[in-house]
Amino acid sequence: MPPAGGSPSLFGALKNGVLEWMFQWRGPERGTIVLVQRRVFILPTRQGLLFAGVIVLMLIGSVNYDLSLGFILAFLLGATGIQSLLHTFRNMANLRIAPGRVQPVFAGEQAQFQIRIANHARMHRYSIGLTRDKLGAVYVDVPPNDEITATVSIPAIRRGWLRPGRLTLFTFFPVGLFRAWSYADLDMRGLVYPAPASPGLALPLPESGSGDGGVHGHGHDEFSGLRPYRPGDSPRHIAWKVVARDDALLNKPLLTKQFAGRADSELWLAWELLPPAMDTENRIAHLTRWVIDADAAGLAYGLRLPGLTLPIANGAMHRGDCLRALALHGLAADHA
Amino acid sequence: MVSLPTTLNTRIIGSRDILWLSAGFLLASLPHLLRMPIWISVLAVAIAGWRLLQLRMHSKPAAKWLMVLIAFAASVGILMQYRTLFGRDAGVALLVIMLALKLLETRNQRDGMLLSFLGCFLLVTNFLHSQTIPTAVYMLGCAWLLVASLIGMQYTGAWPGWRQPVRRAGVLILQGIPLMLVLFLLFPRLQGPLWGLPQDAYAGLSGLSDNMSPGSLNSLILSDAVAFRATFSGKIPEPKDLYWRGPVLWDYDGKTWTAPRIVQNTNDLPDNGAQIEYTVTVEPHNKRWLFALEFPGIRPPRSIATRDMQLLSFTPVRSRLRYDMTSSIGTAYGADDDRSLLERNLRLPADTNPRTHAFAQDLRKKFPNDRNLVADVLTRFRNENFVYTLSPPLLGEHPVDEFLFETRRGFCEHYASAFTVLMRAAGIPARVVTGYLGGEINPVGEYILVRQADAHAWVEIWLENTGWVRVDPTAAVSPARVERGIASALPRSDPLPMFVRGDFALLQRMRLTLDSVTYTWNQWVLGYTPDRQRRLLSYVGFSEATWQTLAFLLMFCAGVAVLIGAGFALRDLRGVREDAVKKIYTRFCRKLEQRGLLRDPAEGPRVFAQRAAQQHPELTGAVNEITTLYVALRYGGESGASRIQDFKNRVRTFSV
Repeated sequence: MPPAGGSPSLFGALKNGVLEWMFQWRGPERGTIVLVQRRVFILPTRQGLLFAGVIVLMLIGSVNYDLSLGFILAFLLGATGIQSLLHTFRNMANLRIAPGRVQPVFAGEQAQFQIRIANHARMHRYSIGLTRDKLGAVYVDVPPNDEITATVSIPAIRRGWLRPGRLTLFTFFPVGLFRAWSYADLDMRGLVYPAPASPGLALPLPESGSGDGGVHGHGHDEFSGLRPYRPGDSPRHIAWKVVARDDALLNKPLLTKQFAGRADSELWLAWELLPPAMDTENRIAHLTRWVIDADAAGLAYGLRLPGLTLPIANGAMHRGDCLRALALHGLAADHA
Repeated sequence: MVSLPTTLNTRIIGSRDILWLSAGFLLASLPHLLRMPIWISVLAVAIAGWRLLQLRMHSKPAAKWLMVLIAFAASVGILMQYRTLFGRDAGVALLVIMLALKLLETRNQRDGMLLSFLGCFLLVTNFLHSQTIPTAVYMLGCAWLLVASLIGMQYTGAWPGWRQPVRRAGVLILQGIPLMLVLFLLFPRLQGPLWGLPQDAYAGLSGLSDNMSPGSLNSLILSDAVAFRATFSGKIPEPKDLYWRGPVLWDYDGKTWTAPRIVQNTNDLPDNGAQIEYTVTVEPHNKRWLFALEFPGIRPPRSIATRDMQLLSFTPVRSRLRYDMTSSIGTAYGADDDRSLLERNLRLPADTNPRTHAFAQDLRKKFPNDRNLVADVLTRFRNENFVYTLSPPLLGEHPVDEFLFETRRGFCEHYASAFTVLMRAAGIPARVVTGYLGGEINPVGEYILVRQADAHAWVEIWLENTGWVRVDPTAAVSPARVERGIASALPRSDPLPMFVRGDFALLQRMRLTLDSVTYTWNQWVLGYTPDRQRRLLSYVGFSEATWQTLAFLLMFCAGVAVLIGAGFALRDLRGVREDAVKKIYTRFCRKLEQRGLLRDPAEGPRVFAQRAAQQHPELTGAVNEITTLYVALRYGGESGASRIQDFKNRVRTFSV
């Protein structure tokens, strides 16, 4: 992945090449990245340069007024500054960066990438910043011999797989005269579901096996069994009678009544149901909306895409499968 | 986990940081506040107090225009107070006020850090006034606090308590000491000043001056201040030989003795008599005299010797100066001075001290021989009722007449002045010599400490075929002044500085030890001049080194010092580095990764091996063998090159 803002000019390419060579950018790395010493870079901050300027002023004053103690203090503070370079460096060195979990999000939302940062040293790491775009950063402290999880928010713009790209870890600790930083391009990805169309179209009518249509549009009438309650289930579908029968209410999970459309009336969310003039992304947006609506209504549904059919089912797993299929539909293999 | 900007500039700092910065600023400027005109101190403290009040009340920042107004008004006030904005004291006052205003303005980390840096600069300005050990310790404490406040600003997570940043700052400073020492000893030193110093730069230095009027020595004798210290390579001479020669005063106007503006140089220094070798460390006194026992036999570097045996530095002594000296004791000089030169040492103002003149004529008739005349006068001083006291009665129109024939109470300047006038009236060339007599022998450091209180005036007269010889009329009146110092010569009722009178043995001992420490401090810390640096370098074998060699030496030593610092700093990272066994195991894990088996960092090797065996039963044997070996080598306390080699081979041949 080329750095952001890479220009197509020769100079731009050259600059990227130099940066890649200097900072050893080499694309995503698998597994845990250890910030070994040669991966940690360090430069003075603007404040560090200012501090150096103040030290020089102190020295000039000391020469002029022949202040031996002025020399000592200036040299001591200068040496303290140099020593702080080493402390800033060690605050970053040998950290271990590993990918954590990423929950799928819809396009247009912020994907939350969990980054695990482990500290195997005996010292506390303070104020480790993580940033992707230099606009804002999250700061974490990592206790000795411990691992913490930092969450980096990345805007999910398009459906498909989203990679965090090259993250910059940096620290100013302890004095702020130096900034140590390191790059971590973790091999991790998060799934971005398509953004649902808004407003969407009404759910299509269930296909009737016999063809006479009928009024069984919502599939609410055929009781097909009980399943454990899941958050989001409509209270109207909770099997209150079963609950009331049971004495050990608190120990028993709530049960939700499951309904199925009639065997001959199936809800198919299909590609071809949408107007022929509609383009691919719009179709996917509307299908996404349908999947969400159908799931929210507790219906069983199937999804039919060109070249892919997911049979009729319901529940969170099915919803996830459908959204995933929509997210990855038609994307090149390296994105899929 | 906190979300904040990626640079330091715009991070807002908390009220705790403001509190630390305020404390750092107030402590760093405290010595100045106690010295400065009261309105400046009050203004600075008030502004800092305002900032703290803002913290308490959570009120809005002060308006920009108001701060500009205060800054402008304070500048005008300082200009009126000091008549300049760029003098030493005016500059410090301005700095203090501007720092207070900066504190009032500080909201974000950029300002906070700048305030800390400028606070450090303020510390250095304190050394303009004092470079004693207590000052050094105090300023080090302030620097520590300022560094701690810098560190305190950097915590983005939970505040770890005030001890943490203080401890960290201490550790940083301690670990910086090796590099500081290298830089202090080897960093090329320039001899200042780089630019013209403001006129007030050396205000307040005391010492002898080029004239002596009634009472001028008196103020010196009441001062505890150290004039110089001397270390002798051999035995310390007898007290009667400890005449430290300073300004020589030729001209008398009836009231004041003054030194001639220009005296011829000479290279002809006496080399007969007993030779005494010693080293003098003279405190800055902003005049050119370098002190030596009578009479100096050599000329210190960057100085001249005059025909009247004064040693004059090329430039006023504005920093502590150390020089080696050899003196010839108990001798005379200038036997070949010509008549015109001696003429000037016979001049007396007309119409003054008529009784002294008449008395001198009588003596001359009685004693044609100069030596006999001098001996007679000294006998009179000794036998008649002359009193040595620091509080003599005031003298009028004819001071010598009144002193010799009426009051007869006075101290060295009265006796020296009267004796010289008497000699000149009798036709013997004579002049007043000022300087110091004696000094306190410090048995702790084995050196002589000479204070301003030891200031003394005596006389030298010119005798045919002999030259200039010393005569001390005070010694005739009060031999104790010469033999045992000024404290024993004076009646107890006379005021004297506390340190000069050694009444209590323990106290005496303590202050001698203290002064010995001060002497060492002055020698090695404050007195580390470019000259000293050259000597140190030649001592370690770089006497004629080029600047390239010196630069290399500095780089090399600084490099070593930084490595020492790195050793301290990176010590805490140790134990994280993977050892050989761990490395081999990591290679094994990488091989398993190829089969899609990723070891979780928190997963123990045995658990991982079980999981691997479940997913890939065909690897069970090899995986278990390697894991057992690994656990034995790494956790089981087993070792040995052959075992490790075996482990390595198994991992190498392991294939998935």
